[in-house]
Amino acid sequence: MEQLILVFIAASITNNFVLTYFLGICPFIGVSNKTESAVGLGIATTFVMTIAAAVTWLIYHYMLVPFNLVFLQYVTFIIVIASLVQFVEMFIRKTSPPLYKALGIFLPLITTNCAILGLTLFMVLRNYNFLEAIIFGLGAGVGFTLALVIMAGIREELEFAEVPKPLKGAGITLIIAGMLALAFMGFGGIISG
Amino acid sequence: MIKDFVKGLWKENPIFVQVLGMCPTLAVTTKALFGLSMGLATTFVVVSSSVVISVVRKFVPRQVRIPIFTVIIATFVTAADYFLKANFFQISKALGPYVPLIVVNCVILGRAEAFASKNKVGRSFLDALGMGVGFTAALIVLGAIREILGAGTIFEFPIMWKGFTNWIVMVLPAGAFITLGLLVGVFNILDKKMKTRREIAKG
Repeated sequence: MEQLILVFIAASITNNFVLTYFLGICPFIGVSNKTESAVGLGIATTFVMTIAAAVTWLIYHYMLVPFNLVFLQYVTFIIVIASLVQFVEMFIRKTSPPLYKALGIFLPLITTNCAILGLTLFMVLRNYNFLEAIIFGLGAGVGFTLALVIMAGIREELEFAEVPKPLKGAGITLIIAGMLALAFMGFGGIISG
Repeated sequence: MIKDFVKGLWKENPIFVQVLGMCPTLAVTTKALFGLSMGLATTFVVVSSSVVISVVRKFVPRQVRIPIFTVIIATFVTAADYFLKANFFQISKALGPYVPLIVVNCVILGRAEAFASKNKVGRSFLDALGMGVGFTAALIVLGAIREILGAGTIFEFPIMWKGFTNWIVMVLPAGAFITLGLLVGVFNILDKKMKTRREIAKG
């Protein structure tokens, strides 16, 4: 149990995917203009991440390793993620139209989110067991949402600030992300190692 | 033809102008050497996948093009990853999961979708090569700045004066974000200066 909590906190806060591993930066810079859409994208991503962690874990340990196909890892993972996103989209559309309306536009964006592929690769590298993998996916998703929402909040305020002209847009966003990363380092002491 | 190559270097530089492919850019550039290796690996993948995609572009149905492009890219990434592991183990270890993450580097799929799937092989090759070189150059610049300020060396060669205190923040994630943010600003200033100069020259 303690191990699971550690995995969750590490993935969501101390080793935040966006701010320490630089995964999922594209939507972080592109989409984080409005808090509302940031929350939507965050929830959709968390959802896909958790399922992706579980599915790729099963495929890796019950198909790729026993049949000596580990060299196909990247190709398999990316296909799994792409089809999973498609499947989740169809499933939500059939079962819960309101949820689909809220998340729909964000779902296709998730395939190219490197945080998902990164998550599955880290999961294999760290030899997590099945339960840990799921918690890892959930934690990474929560961390991604957290960073995205904080960033969106700051950027909404930023519209009223006077930013030096050359830094407008991507420049200032990156610098703010840097400051956020510094702030998140403060959490470093929560868990050791 | 030559324009296809040159535009990736400055006018449409994947990092400074398009702000694409950020994960590897920020993650591996703690040292200039890592920036160079990541840049070369990405260049290899973008050039070979662009050429293949351009060759098969007429046989690929539009509806399924994205999955097919992705599989082609993933294949070349696997090749690059195994090559690095076999020949440059230390570098491969330092780059870690960021080599396989080239699969989802938006620069590559971006070139496939925007250029290679619509143009002939020769032009696609030049376009991809230009993007790769522009990407590599940006990575080396970023890596060099972070290595000089963060460790006092460049390509492992010490250049700073005695008693220079390393700026630890530069090798941390925060340093990556801030350096790239400022570099984008510098790039915009230079770009604007060059544009006005060209306009003055034109009269």
